[in-house]
Amino acid sequence: MAQPLVKKDDDRDDEVDYSPFLGIEKGAVLQEARVFNDPQLDPRRCSQVITKLLYLLNQGETFTKVEATEVFFSVTKLFQSRDMGLRRMVYVIIKELSPSADEVIIVTSSLMKDMTSKTDMYRANAIRVLCRITDGTLLTQIERYLKQAIVDKNPVVASAALVSGIHLLQTNPEIVKRWSNEVQEAVQSRAALVQFHALALLHQIRQNDRLAVNKLVSSLTRGSVRSPLAQCLLIRYTSQVIRESTNDTQTGDRPFYDFLEGCLRHKAEMVIFEAARAITELNGVTSRELTPAITVLQLFLSSSKPVLRFAAVRTLNKVAMSHPTAVTNCNIDMESLISDQNRSIATLAITTLLKTGNESSVDRLMKQITNFMSDIADEFKIVVVDAIRSLCLKFPLKHRSLMNFLSNILREEGGFEYKKAIVDSIVILIRDIPEAKESGLLHLCEFIEDCEFTYLSTQILHFLGIEGPKTSDPSKYIRYIYNRVHLENATVRAGAVSTLAKFGAMVDGLKPRIFVLLRRCLFDNDDEVRDRATLYLNTLGGDGAVVETDEGVKEFLFGSLDVPLVNLENSLKNYDPSEKAFDINSVPKDVKTQPLAEKKATSKKPTGLGAPPPGPLSTVDAYEKLLSSIPEFASFGKLFKSSAPVELTEAETEYAVNVVKHIFDGHVVFQYNCTNTIPEQLLENVTVIVDVSEAEEFAEVASKPLRQLPYDSPGQTFVAFEKPEGVSAVGKFSNMLRFIVKEVDPSTGEAEDDGVEDEYQLEDLELVAADYMLKVGVSNFRNAWESMGVDFERVDEYGLGPRDSLAEAVNAVINLLGMQPCEGTEVVPPNSRSHTCLLSGVYIGNVKVLVRLQFGLDGPKDVAMKLAVRSEGETVSDAIHEIVASG
Amino acid sequence: MPDTKVRSTGCGSINSCPAVKNILILDSDGKRVAVKYYSDEWPTNSAKLAFEKSLFGRTLKSNARTEAEITIFDSNIVIYKFVQDLHFFITGGDDENELLLATVLQGLFDAIALRLRNTIDKREALENLDVIFLCIDEVVDQGMILETDANAIAGKVAIQNMDASATLSEQGGVKATTYPCSCLGAVMGEGAKTPNFLKFLMTISQALASAREHLTKTLLK
Repeated sequence: MAQPLVKKDDDRDDEVDYSPFLGIEKGAVLQEARVFNDPQLDPRRCSQVITKLLYLLNQGETFTKVEATEVFFSVTKLFQSRDMGLRRMVYVIIKELSPSADEVIIVTSSLMKDMTSKTDMYRANAIRVLCRITDGTLLTQIERYLKQAIVDKNPVVASAALVSGIHLLQTNPEIVKRWSNEVQEAVQSRAALVQFHALALLHQIRQNDRLAVNKLVSSLTRGSVRSPLAQCLLIRYTSQVIRESTNDTQTGDRPFYDFLEGCLRHKAEMVIFEAARAITELNGVTSRELTPAITVLQLFLSSSKPVLRFAAVRTLNKVAMSHPTAVTNCNIDMESLISDQNRSIATLAITTLLKTGNESSVDRLMKQITNFMSDIADEFKIVVVDAIRSLCLKFPLKHRSLMNFLSNILREEGGFEYKKAIVDSIVILIRDIPEAKESGLLHLCEFIEDCEFTYLSTQILHFLGIEGPKTSDPSKYIRYIYNRVHLENATVRAGAVSTLAKFGAMVDGLKPRIFVLLRRCLFDNDDEVRDRATLYLNTLGGDGAVVETDEGVKEFLFGSLDVPLVNLENSLKNYDPSEKAFDINSVPKDVKTQPLAEKKATSKKPTGLGAPPPGPLSTVDAYEKLLSSIPEFASFGKLFKSSAPVELTEAETEYAVNVVKHIFDGHVVFQYNCTNTIPEQLLENVTVIVDVSEAEEFAEVASKPLRQLPYDSPGQTFVAFEKPEGVSAVGKFSNMLRFIVKEVDPSTGEAEDDGVEDEYQLEDLELVAADYMLKVGVSNFRNAWESMGVDFERVDEYGLGPRDSLAEAVNAVINLLGMQPCEGTEVVPPNSRSHTCLLSGVYIGNVKVLVRLQFGLDGPKDVAMKLAVRSEGETVSDAIHEIVASG
Repeated sequence: MPDTKVRSTGCGSINSCPAVKNILILDSDGKRVAVKYYSDEWPTNSAKLAFEKSLFGRTLKSNARTEAEITIFDSNIVIYKFVQDLHFFITGGDDENELLLATVLQGLFDAIALRLRNTIDKREALENLDVIFLCIDEVVDQGMILETDANAIAGKVAIQNMDASATLSEQGGVKATTYPCSCLGAVMGEGAKTPNFLKFLMTISQALASAREHLTKTLLK
């Protein structure tokens, strides 16, 4: 017999560490679980055994497949008992065991019986369990009951059905969407939680229908939503609607702002906070709109509840980034939070003050921060470091004390992310504040003397190699760098060798001494280190004389690589070792813009929905391979650029066709990707007939038909044109798909012998100037601009006429030119009246082009633009102006 | 818990529906009393244990006894409250409404207090672990907030216990009467002709006897 689980009245004071689960063992509990099979069920005993099983699972114990199945089967027997307490436990354990599909069948009927039971508790729980474990096939059978349950009188039952609906929407959206009438009814429920769940589900069902969400929000904001939770949801949906509608209303009152403002007077703190946060996050929020929200948040700052203080200070911290003046009113309350027991609150208060403070308060704040740096977690330290960096950029005169602070914390204990944040900050300060350079570099040198992170060491060494030689006394850094060669792992040693060589190349006076050091590295036990030392010794003129380094050598060794590394890697992989040496010019320079990876995207993203199809990284290579394999196109030379596919058909038509424009120096090739979506058809001899009457400079030279296009397996057909060499000829092409269609017997899959010739009209295709421009970024636009020189600079001014917004005008010009925006200048801050945008690219013929665009608002809506172009060729600079003038 | 079948909770920040990532109840050594994870952010038991361990170490020193405390931990918001030798935690995404999460934790905490008659400590919790599991089950369903009102939660967990005595007697009666009757009906058809009929009757009377015994046992409890 197992010992009883509950024995409250036993004398237990003598044992200090008494636990009813002391010495519990999986094997024994599994044995005990046999009581589930007893013909005479003892509900109490069974409940206890289930609790023990749950306890084991909770402690991280795992059951083997066989064990789990066995337990599951015996648990199903417990449905015979009518003991409610036991039944509750049965529901819980079934959810925990998460049975497989074939096992679920065993309990389905029992659960369905419970779902229609008169007992509310049975109905609610059976719904939750069934929806949790079912795999969708069952759903149609129980759909009727679920719809009834949604409008059930009992709120627990209704909530259970609604919440299950929310979960099922992920897996079986088409079924759950059929319930919207019932869900709509439940939104009006008097029970608070039912309203909350119904609103959540209704919104999820309609979230892709902007109009419906709009209607939902405007009807509910007028009515009274009872539950605070539902009110929070409504606030979120409302700000979503506001976000999407701001584009149309530039001036005047913001729709729904009054609703948000009204929520600031709600009786639940949760709702007040949600509304205040929503207001602070409005796009281009005005200070008049902000004021009431800031006022309630300020009240929260002096609350006795840490959660409230935290929430308020965190929100104010964010506001301080965009509207520092709006937050200054709270500074007194904020300063008292610096000594808050909760370190997270203190940190947020400090960083907020750093953002809103003035130059005179910096030293006082720094002292306070130093006191508690050791108490807080790395995440908050990073926040502090970031705040200090921006403070330093704001008040460059204070760089000495701030740089000291950074170097002090750099010496203390800390994880990688924290150290990296500090190093990054110092690097930024060195770059932007010239006076801070020497001290900053020395701090970094000291740091690498005792740095456990290889990544940081190599980064710093690289940075030293760039900045060190330009300082007044480069020789003082050599010691730190050469120490690395003795003390570190191979990666750092190799980095140190390169840095040494850079000093040798840049500072001629140091060359003889550097060479001595480099020669010592020739005996390193790592290949890479030896190779680098040998390379540098040979290319820099290994006799060690004080001579000026050849410019070409410098460029070769230390010049920036003008091709993206990903492309280089792919080209090297494809390179076939042969007589022909690898040509770096054959590497495509096109930057593949990758979708910004969301933070923790993998864990948050719902499967199937919204996830962009993983784009093939090496499309350029794939295209290049494909085209060079076709003999007709082999003589066209090197592929300059391939466009993204352009759809030539509507979605869901009989034949889906898109086209990729391949640009060569003297030719253009259109690659038509065709898909046949009719199972009963086989297409043969597929070609595209192109009419070039509106593209006079082009002449068709070759065409490669597609022999067969069976159902649902895409194929390509190509058409090639000749065009004047090196010129960005533009034009419009009308396309007609021509093919022979053959009927296919769906049962056998065999095609008939005779086919009929047929045609299918496709949409027109345009070749525009942007097709001749490669998006190639530069890391430092100003340097690139200055080194390009004024020889071929062309400046002119344009009126762009009335535009919706400055941002829209900027985007239009970027798209027109097809160039790569640099340094984030494509983003126009809201409410700004002027903007400068920097673009770079490579024009056909491999001509580098840089563009500086200055936009200004001229009158209420009219946008004026000044366009300055620098490039490596006069004609190209003129061509850019021509594009804009004609566009 | 071996959540072999991890489903997306459907309540990420994408559709702006509040979501709970986990609820933890640990003892004063950081050992599990009851934990429940709703997010696949911690896929293995060791990842979960590591999270609990570092979270416990981080919050150990703070005083979260009168009011719930809060911190940001691994880009998540964690709200926690200690009582006696028990540490309660709730975790949500870092853009979650802090007060909303705090309400959920408070609801769970108060519900457990109600059910355990205000003596919340590790021993009491372990002895009533079924109550704790049921409370957690009633507060959050796969990450979605189910109920935050302590009385409602405690009520839902209590129904069974209160009703149990009432329905059990009723059930005992039901069992004693209907079950054997249906049995009797079933055997009468073909059983009446068989020589085993008497044997069946014996079985039925035995069943009746045991049912009666069961009934008295529950009544005398």
